[in-house]
Amino acid sequence: MTGDASGSIVGVDVGGTFTDLIAIDPVTRGVRVAKVPTTVENQAFGVLGAIAASGGDPATLSGIVHGTTTTTNALLERKIAKCGLITTRGFRDSLELGRRTRPTPYGLTGQFRPLIPRELRLEVPERMDADGNVVLPLDEAAVAAAAKALIALDCEAVVIHFLHSYINGAHERRAGEIVRGMWPNSYVTLGSAILSEYREYERGVTAAVNASVQPVLHRYIERLGNELKAKGFRHELLVMQGNGGTVSSRIVAEAAVNTVMSGPASGVMAAAYTGRQAGYPDLITYDMGGTSSDVGLILGGVPRVSAELELEYAMPIHVPMVDVHTIGAGGGSIAHIDDSGMLRVGPESAGAKPGPICYGRGGTRPTITDANLFLGRLNPKGLLAVDSPVSMQTIADALKREVGVKLGLDAEGSAAAIIRVANDKMAGAVRMVSLAKGHDPRDFALFAFGGAGPLHAAALARELGIPRLLIPARPGITNALGCVVADLRHDYVNTINKPLPVLDMDLVKRTLEAQIAEGRATIAREGVAVEAIEVLHEADMQFQGQSHILTVSLPGVDVTREALVKAFADTYWKRFEVSLPEIRPVLVNLHTAVIGRRPTLPLDALLPSEGRAATVEGALVERRKVWFSEGGWQETAVYRREKLPPGAKFAGPAIVEQLDCTIVIEPGDRVEADKYGNLVVSIGGQST
Amino acid sequence: MNDVAAKTKFDPVTLAVIENGLQQVCNEMDLAFVRAAFSPVISEALDRSDGIYHRSTGELIAQGELGLPVFVGTMQFGAKAVIDRAKNLKPGDVYIVNDPYLGGTHLMDVRFVKPFFYKGELFCWLSNTGHWPDTGGMVPGGFSANATEVEQEGLRLPPVKLFKEGVMDEEILSIILSNIRIADQRIGDIKGQAAALAIGEKRLTDLLDRYGKDTVEDAIGELKARAARLMRARIATIPDGTYYGESYVDSDGVVDEPLVIRLTVRKEGTELYFDLSKSSPPCRGPMNSVIATTRSSIYLAIKHIFPEVPINAGTFDPLHIEDPKGTFLYAEYPRPVSGCAAEVSQRIAEAVFNALVQAMPDKLFAAPAGTSGNLALGGYDPERKRSYIMYVISGGGYGGSAVGDGISNGCSTIGISKTTPIEVMEQYYPVLFEEYSLHEGSGGAGRTRGGFGVNYRIKLRRGQARASMVMDHGRTGPRGALGGNDGGLNTVRVQRSGKEYTPPHLSKDQNIEIGPGDTVSVSTPGGGGFGDPLARAPDLVLADVQRGYYSAQQAQAKFGVVIAGTPPALDRTATERLRAGATARP
Repeated sequence: MTGDASGSIVGVDVGGTFTDLIAIDPVTRGVRVAKVPTTVENQAFGVLGAIAASGGDPATLSGIVHGTTTTTNALLERKIAKCGLITTRGFRDSLELGRRTRPTPYGLTGQFRPLIPRELRLEVPERMDADGNVVLPLDEAAVAAAAKALIALDCEAVVIHFLHSYINGAHERRAGEIVRGMWPNSYVTLGSAILSEYREYERGVTAAVNASVQPVLHRYIERLGNELKAKGFRHELLVMQGNGGTVSSRIVAEAAVNTVMSGPASGVMAAAYTGRQAGYPDLITYDMGGTSSDVGLILGGVPRVSAELELEYAMPIHVPMVDVHTIGAGGGSIAHIDDSGMLRVGPESAGAKPGPICYGRGGTRPTITDANLFLGRLNPKGLLAVDSPVSMQTIADALKREVGVKLGLDAEGSAAAIIRVANDKMAGAVRMVSLAKGHDPRDFALFAFGGAGPLHAAALARELGIPRLLIPARPGITNALGCVVADLRHDYVNTINKPLPVLDMDLVKRTLEAQIAEGRATIAREGVAVEAIEVLHEADMQFQGQSHILTVSLPGVDVTREALVKAFADTYWKRFEVSLPEIRPVLVNLHTAVIGRRPTLPLDALLPSEGRAATVEGALVERRKVWFSEGGWQETAVYRREKLPPGAKFAGPAIVEQLDCTIVIEPGDRVEADKYGNLVVSIGGQST
Repeated sequence: MNDVAAKTKFDPVTLAVIENGLQQVCNEMDLAFVRAAFSPVISEALDRSDGIYHRSTGELIAQGELGLPVFVGTMQFGAKAVIDRAKNLKPGDVYIVNDPYLGGTHLMDVRFVKPFFYKGELFCWLSNTGHWPDTGGMVPGGFSANATEVEQEGLRLPPVKLFKEGVMDEEILSIILSNIRIADQRIGDIKGQAAALAIGEKRLTDLLDRYGKDTVEDAIGELKARAARLMRARIATIPDGTYYGESYVDSDGVVDEPLVIRLTVRKEGTELYFDLSKSSPPCRGPMNSVIATTRSSIYLAIKHIFPEVPINAGTFDPLHIEDPKGTFLYAEYPRPVSGCAAEVSQRIAEAVFNALVQAMPDKLFAAPAGTSGNLALGGYDPERKRSYIMYVISGGGYGGSAVGDGISNGCSTIGISKTTPIEVMEQYYPVLFEEYSLHEGSGGAGRTRGGFGVNYRIKLRRGQARASMVMDHGRTGPRGALGGNDGGLNTVRVQRSGKEYTPPHLSKDQNIEIGPGDTVSVSTPGGGGFGDPLARAPDLVLADVQRGYYSAQQAQAKFGVVIAGTPPALDRTATERLRAGATARP
């Protein structure tokens, strides 16, 4: 079982380019890391490769927690299972007609392909009304005939999705029994079982996503499990979910949709864990990679979860997930001048190929990474390609050609402009997840990770008035760390939709208790050791007549009507500065998250204690000229992160280099290493 | 042009940052408004917009990216109308206005206009528009199909201060609430609409504090110049020449005759000149368009063609629109106008697409369904003992293009709204939807085909209700382009006590009485086809037949593709023979 002290616990996260691993031995506190190329065709090879590269032997490991992009990739590339639909008569086209949208607000071209094509969408007579009363009884023979037809059409998975099943799921359940009795495998998804919430398109698509990735995920996890077993692994394989919790590989495929977007979630989980330990429970997380940046929000040590993801145009996935806002600005974002003479950075990206100019893979257009390199923020020795060398002059020429000539700037001015426009764009994204949701960024610390996050974080914090910046010990493997520290978590949502004055408070209690019971039962079924089970409740509320909701947290199952009224009024005021005593509040949905806390792991050993210098000066690698927006070029100390002594204190300007990332400390900032290996940066010298 | 850029006194970073900042102020107002709204037309259909306007000219400075397209450009005329009449301005004042002739659309679009003061001085105006579910008048919801003067359409508000120094004027409020239906929830919309402006005020103050009043002021001027430059660069890609486009409105709802929009677009260098003067004269029914809406319709059509150009007053500089006086596109008091925002605007845009697709076949598309399909059902629910107005707004197919087939059930070109889920409508109103399906066969045939419209059928479960509708394309389908066929028609059928009723004007009618068990069925138009249907790959036609988009008979008649058997199979030889014969014919 996980937590067995006989060996290391491994977190392994598969990203677009690299598979990262961290192994922590709870007894010796030893930490090993590995980074190997991701094997796209079968991610399992990369996972096994990473274990080998870290010097680990599956036979001695006490647990593996796995973050995988299998389901996300399957959806984005449409490498999904052939899937059928059985639905209410008159409504088979709901999943194709969507919600009457177009891909972009302006422009009238574009394509949409439903997950389940029309010829595989069949209808059966049945109907519930909005109160859950049966208008037309279920035609059971028609269900059997539909299942038979879909099997004959070679469908591997099937969705049963009926109108108003969120309020009365009896028809869906009965149809499910009939179909399960005939279906050749276990890939039968009931819409209301995945998401018991109203809005037929969103619920239907969420169910269709589940069914179409279920076989793909099941096969992958089974293969990985077998490979690990063959190598002697005897313990539990856990899989990360988009809600930031883990689930046993035994049952992960049942709700395969829950693993979508688990990568960004694990990064935020690691941030929450690190922040709780380091004494910064309120964090804005900022993960910058090659093509995009992710921003998340953590309040009181708990990441914000929402159920409003749209994975791509018209593909809503409404299961609860860690709320991460993605913007198209990463190291590879290309800078260009548009026809009106405005400097734009992104969303076009050079990607991994050809990549930034400095990679020497044929890139000719300047990117954020090239600008960082030109300004000395990245180490020229580390980045200029070795196999087909690119000179600094090549980059300078490109900066001038693509940006400078058109703006009347030299190469240096062009690079500086690129960095500042990119920072402004990213700051805008942070404002949208904080200010626009009623939170002031100045009340948070910024947690920067990912390959490029720590390069820009200090400037970003300054731009946003964020006083404190937290750089974890291992910014480049934060997602893998998130896997290791994540708890088991299962989320439940039920629609109630009743005005508070007539709400049956007993129903609230019963619903919440049923959600808790289901979560506890699921955790028991997983057979994973947990130290404690914690329960969080939330309610989605609105004023009668509105269609948008605000989420408020609930103290427990015994919440009173008066407490609900007050909590909603307070939250509403905070968000809109509007009070509406004239109108009745409505309780829309009840949520419960059931969390199985896994044993705590020591984080203080993330950076090895050996090899440290006695003084900060001892960690100095070199001094080089680096450009900063305050003061231009400055002679700047460059430190080696692994050599910085525990408790190191120094001031910006400075560069800190480590294996997988570079940290920029702006002039006037002060840095202190805490005992967990984090660098805590006080922006503009604010006292710690 | 790039040399010009180099010479401006602005450092490129500050300019980009201020542009981004102004945009964000507007986006935040949009977001707050939509989230706090009660009107489902605002909260779900996103029928609203927020922007920043020049302090003396009212010109558009910035507008939210997710504002309803039809409000692009209209709100600056509305802001100007308020500026001309404003007296004794104080911080915290908010004007309310919905007069269509004062830079508006229809009466349901209610504008709030607020002076923004920075350090005691008027700096600019903040304004938003939101579609209220009702503003009084002869039909619930305001979409009268047979009004003949604006007074029948609802309460008309000239610019009046609803808030004076931050305090709501309860007397004006009571006049408004006494004249509209479902008044009890409007207080929520009023507070939400004002709160969005307050949020904008806060953020704009932050921006000015940060960069200084003069810098922001200069940047606004520079951004306007640059948007104009960018638009001119795009226009320059259109071949010089004169292009003609036309479109038809089924009828005005009162006189059963089509209204014609005749548009000549002349492109010269970097400028576009629009002439609508040959269009039909003013009409008796509510299909007249006020000039603000007519202009905005052209703006939004051009923005659909060049989506990457940012929106501010400069964007419209190179677009020269002659006032089409004496036509139904230049409505003056007291002509009724309820159909202008949702329908006539889209016919104007259609005429623009129709003209320019000839100039730029690779960039444009055949006509989109282009009707909002407004259906309002107003009645009394005896079980819940309350009155209601249910809106159903529909999409239709988009036109085929050089890129591919049109999408099905796309939103109106003037909107960006989402359908209200059936599960939500059935919770609120005493109806049961019996069907919500793809309108088979409605996509116009072409090398790339149009997308498909929607069919729905609503059954009233209890009580009495009245159905009113303002739709279009019941008589002629959305135009095909470059040899493509027109999209399928809009149809409306009402079953009353077992008897079928079809509106005499096909797509427009009002106050059709229905009772329990009666149904209203609507099918919306498909998009126009693009290019010769006989050039569509037979395998694509086969896939369309397998999906039931077209019948085998339609495949043969429209595309010259022979498909037979179960499951459907392609007869290549017969297809080649049929197509060769069809092409050989004159």
